[in-house]
Amino acid sequence: MSTKSQQSQMNRGRIRIEGFDAEVVEKREPLSSWQPELQSEESKSRMYYAWRRFKRNRLALFGAAVVTVMVLLAVFARPWGELPEWLPVIGGMLLQPFSLAPQDPASQDILLGYQPPTVQHLFSWPPSGLHLFGTDWAGRDLLSRTLYGGRWSLSIGFIAVGVALLIGVPLGSIAGYYGGYVDEFIMRIVDMLYAFPFIVLAIAVITILGRGYWEMVLALVVVGWLSYARIIRGEILSVKQNEYVTAAKALGAKDRTVIIRHIMPNAMAPVIVQATLSVGSVVLTAAALGFLGLGLSPATAEWGVMLNVEQDSMARGNWWAGMFPGIALFLFVMAINLIGDGVRDAFDPQGDKRGSGGLR
Amino acid sequence: MSLQRFILKRGLITIPLLIGVSIMTFGMIHFIPGDPVDFITQFADLDPDVEDEIRSQYGLDQPVYIQYFNWMSDAIMLDFGNAITTNRTVSAEIADRLPYTLLMGSMAFLVTVITAIPLGIYAAYHRNTRIDQTSRVFALLGIALPNFWLGLILILVFSSYLGLFPVLPPTGEGLLSTDMIFYTILPAVTIGTGATALMMRLMRSSMVEELDKDYVRTARAKGLPEKTVIRKHVVRNSLISVVTVAAIQVAFIISGSVVVEVVFSYPGIGRLLVERVQTRDFPVIQALVLIIGVFVIFANMLADIIYAYLDPRIRY
Amino acid sequence: MALLEVENLNVRFYTEDGVVKATNDLSYQIEAGERFGVVGESGAGKSVTSLALMRLIDEPGVIESGEIRFKGQNLLDLEYEEMRQIRGNEIAMIFQDAETALNPAYTVGEQISEAIRVHLGLGEKAAKERALEKLESVGIPDAPQRYTDYPHQFSGGMQQRAVIAMALSCDPDLIIADEPTTALDVTIEAQILSLLEDICKETDTAIQLITHDLGVVAEFCERVMVMYAGHPVEMATVEDLYYNPQHPYTVGLMSSIPRIGDERDRLQTIPGRMPDLIENPPGCNFHPRCPYAEDVCTRMEPPLVDVETGLEQDELADTSQMAACLEHTGDLQKGLDYTVTVREESMHADGGVTDE
Repeated sequence: MSTKSQQSQMNRGRIRIEGFDAEVVEKREPLSSWQPELQSEESKSRMYYAWRRFKRNRLALFGAAVVTVMVLLAVFARPWGELPEWLPVIGGMLLQPFSLAPQDPASQDILLGYQPPTVQHLFSWPPSGLHLFGTDWAGRDLLSRTLYGGRWSLSIGFIAVGVALLIGVPLGSIAGYYGGYVDEFIMRIVDMLYAFPFIVLAIAVITILGRGYWEMVLALVVVGWLSYARIIRGEILSVKQNEYVTAAKALGAKDRTVIIRHIMPNAMAPVIVQATLSVGSVVLTAAALGFLGLGLSPATAEWGVMLNVEQDSMARGNWWAGMFPGIALFLFVMAINLIGDGVRDAFDPQGDKRGSGGLR
Repeated sequence: MSLQRFILKRGLITIPLLIGVSIMTFGMIHFIPGDPVDFITQFADLDPDVEDEIRSQYGLDQPVYIQYFNWMSDAIMLDFGNAITTNRTVSAEIADRLPYTLLMGSMAFLVTVITAIPLGIYAAYHRNTRIDQTSRVFALLGIALPNFWLGLILILVFSSYLGLFPVLPPTGEGLLSTDMIFYTILPAVTIGTGATALMMRLMRSSMVEELDKDYVRTARAKGLPEKTVIRKHVVRNSLISVVTVAAIQVAFIISGSVVVEVVFSYPGIGRLLVERVQTRDFPVIQALVLIIGVFVIFANMLADIIYAYLDPRIRY
Repeated sequence: MALLEVENLNVRFYTEDGVVKATNDLSYQIEAGERFGVVGESGAGKSVTSLALMRLIDEPGVIESGEIRFKGQNLLDLEYEEMRQIRGNEIAMIFQDAETALNPAYTVGEQISEAIRVHLGLGEKAAKERALEKLESVGIPDAPQRYTDYPHQFSGGMQQRAVIAMALSCDPDLIIADEPTTALDVTIEAQILSLLEDICKETDTAIQLITHDLGVVAEFCERVMVMYAGHPVEMATVEDLYYNPQHPYTVGLMSSIPRIGDERDRLQTIPGRMPDLIENPPGCNFHPRCPYAEDVCTRMEPPLVDVETGLEQDELADTSQMAACLEHTGDLQKGLDYTVTVREESMHADGGVTDE
């Protein structure tokens, strides 16, 4: 090959190049209107980008809308929040004076039992006698009961998940961060509790504590904190290796500071996803407990309880008696799952996009 | 380390877990406010002497750890004492019902695996097409649907309205009679819907992850036929996550059966548990919780072993 | 006719953020048994080029136009089955990350044998024997034992050797090595490079080596193509490239290599950043970073031309030096103002080579 012969002509040796002057480039006016893309993605936080991606997800927004509507319906279903009398001016007033529910969900009238849904009195005011969803066996208006049911189910869901987070996250963080015996101990407990299907464990707790609202919340909390502890422990174990943690410690930061400021923000993402999805499953479990007669008392307008009470009548053809609480449950859980999926996709967009096809 | 040693190690780890679970189950009644004797006697007001007799009969006068030891040693022999509600032995009661739950659970499990895995694979391979998106919607529906409500609606539609299935289970027939198996279909489908939805989503997402892996690209670069690439390199690794989920499915199916058995008046242990909770029949409750816990632990262990078989990295 | 002829290859990726022009009118040739280097920064389109050769570009990427002629046949015209039979068989690929390129669930030996069975039609035993041969030829000791080992039981260097064995399994005519040594330490890198060189010489296999490491290029390659923003900006023999660079980007790259004994205070870099391939600067893509850029550079996109004649060539002779700078088409007013010093001698570059 002719290259080789050329080689003997050139002098080989160490090369130095002079004359490529970077300053010329930096100091001159841009020659064209082209601007280098500002690719400063790193400057904004992960949360910011996750929020932006979430906003673009239409299904997730739909879910959020549904949940918001349901929460509003639950909040405004009946008046509450009486302010203490001794406050000047506003004493004695209600924080929330509206009452969306057309009727008192407890007012019975056996004669009106099993009315199918009717729009008969839709345009009369006050809308008494109007039963948009029909009535149940005791003549109670199902629309009102369904609205009230939201208050029970949604509140149980959010409260149980909230408390479970407050227990699970710290415990998991401590286990992950400190390791050793602490880790072993906490994780053994988690493993043992995890061995039981959630509802079985919840039933066991209710057996011990008895029925009731807070008992149910407690049962759901005992069962619920496990996943958060595990997740955050796992995240912390992997993040702990990262160098910025070592750097913080080398700078003398307290353990607590290191955990809260450096590790948590990154580790929280999957926990948030799990928590969102958990709200749905907690609500379902609570309703299931109600359905089994292990929840609130049978007269309560809670969705699960309502379904329990109306089981047989549904089979006999009075379809509306159990339809609406079920639909409400379904809608809520569906919406929450859409949000949860949206949150998950927002934090990890690579999850489901079409493959990169080779582009790095 | 070979597979055998792994199984041994995994088994050893399970033992403390089992012990812990048994302690917890046993300890259940001792957390309840009140005197256990009162529950046994259903709060009847009895002579203190009679109560003492009952106390010693049930071993409640002995220190806790001795009680535990007695209970455990009996339990291993499957002797859980007598039920409070019916006066039969607990074991007899459970033995009556357990096969039914196993029947329903197996049907549900089979249905799930047969449906969810191919669907998940298909959806992942054709991701973002119409088919994929519809299947994801269905999966979402399946997860959100309350199983008891679904059961009620299925009864409403298929039993009451269409008359295809009987409303109540056949009585007097054996476990494996055609009538019984036929009746079990609806409950199995009810549980199966939720389980399939969960598993399909997982299969799909793990396949999607696999399809992007470098070794899949390498396999294609080697010129292997597409079928081989998918079957050998993609699916095999996806199955790893599926196996883990299958273990969760066991727990899921048990949870589901508790509720669904009540809906369908199905004679299984789920319904037994619920009934006896309402009557505070502790021997039965304890025994059931223990059995369920042990079962799930073993299912998880089995899943871990299969996982180790599929992924050599775990073993070494 | 060269073993591989790439002509006017255009690959586009239709992403959410816009259309990424990964390669633009890319043309080059590789002769049989030649060691050809592709150099550039990350994102310049080097990997895309190799994947395109194997037709492994997937959604959202599309090979829009151009031809890839391998042994005279246009690979882009082939049916999927025909292409599949070429992959791994006549053209093989070595990926950068050996660990993830190997499937952890199967033994290393199996992953080598499977290609042999598929392409050469050998039975299990024969395929295994051949695989063992290949394992030995890449310098893996105790091949029969290592055949039954899993990828995670291999060290980094061994894994890369195994990947090379996998690529060699069917005696390909062309090996595409995508940054095969980037993840390895220097001593292992030297071994792997020397191994590749031996293979190339013994079996007359051509190797297209992709890298961003100029040291590797100097060590290993015979001819080099420098890529910038999806365009080929210089193509030359290794000697010409180092001693007589003709494109400002190449010059910039060379001048930023730190040298022992350099009296300068600060490390030299090329200012600015490479464009993201979605919105490229008008005219010559390099002009915002080029110290010699003039107005004409923002208006005309320089074609890849022979530095001596200033003409584009249809027949790409393998020894000519080509660069894509308006200097060589005679359009620049002030020339390129740099000097290449070789120890005591110096060569002035003003749009041509002055022989001493």
